[in-house]
Amino acid sequence: MALGPYASFIVTSYVSVAAVVAALIVWVTMDYRRQKARLRGLEASGAVRRSGRSAAEVQ
Amino acid sequence: MPLIDLANPSRFLTLAGRILPWLVAVTTLVLAVGLYQSVIAPDDYQQGATVKIMFIHVPNAWLSMFVWGVMSIAALGTLVWRHPLADVAAKTAAPIGAAFTFLALLTGSLWGRPMWGTYWEWDARLTSVLILFLMYLGLMALWRAVEDPSRAARAAAVLTLVGSVNIPIIKFSVDWWNTLHQPASVVRMGGSTLDRAFLIPLVVMAIGFTLLFLTLHIAAMRNEILRRRVRTLQMLQASKSVA
Repeated sequence: MALGPYASFIVTSYVSVAAVVAALIVWVTMDYRRQKARLRGLEASGAVRRSGRSAAEVQ
Repeated sequence: MPLIDLANPSRFLTLAGRILPWLVAVTTLVLAVGLYQSVIAPDDYQQGATVKIMFIHVPNAWLSMFVWGVMSIAALGTLVWRHPLADVAAKTAAPIGAAFTFLALLTGSLWGRPMWGTYWEWDARLTSVLILFLMYLGLMALWRAVEDPSRAARAAAVLTLVGSVNIPIIKFSVDWWNTLHQPASVVRMGGSTLDRAFLIPLVVMAIGFTLLFLTLHIAAMRNEILRRRVRTLQMLQASKSVA
């Protein structure tokens, strides 16, 4: 596939989009793990919701 | 399930857990098809291969406005209907919208240099999108600055609704003013001016990126609900230790 004289502009565009989308995916995934770990830690230390149900119990 | 049931964060978490794996699969598939079509699309007779930047620039530009639209509906949900998940939706959409707007500006700039001879021009379309990007950053700063989530939600909702004035300005800037940016060629009266060889990959990529937003948004909303549970448990624990 020949991208012509402006190949660097095309490749930089696609790589930038891939990098930012990957960063968003990593941010969302890591944040989910962090919140679940914090909830488990709090429940382990005896903190319970008023409903009595587990706060970390998420499908 | 009635729509009102989604107002319950626990039910939303259950639903999110069920649909997210499917959404991830469909998004990956649609983006893979769109990328393949973008790669095999022919060169434009004037722009050559740089037309391929359009397949990622236009979906990001579309999402930069769409996400603000979603936030505006959520802002109404906060101020008018006091929906419990409305401010969660608005808060979590802002950083994703900011990322798409940044990508629209960046890819537009990288497309502009070979086509217009410049990375940047202070014309109406480019400037109004830059203002949109700054508004996203302002909203994110506001959410961080106000500690009480309900107060932050109301302030952010007002700012979002005021900022929504910018969306039609962005859309019609190319019609209202003389701009370096080309006029609308996809969504316009009289139909698209794009050839099918470019239009089909563009539409597939736009659908793929919209699904990507939906997936990221639901996942980020789930995280925000968990974060609020952490905050509630910490406050309960602190109040018990004081008592």
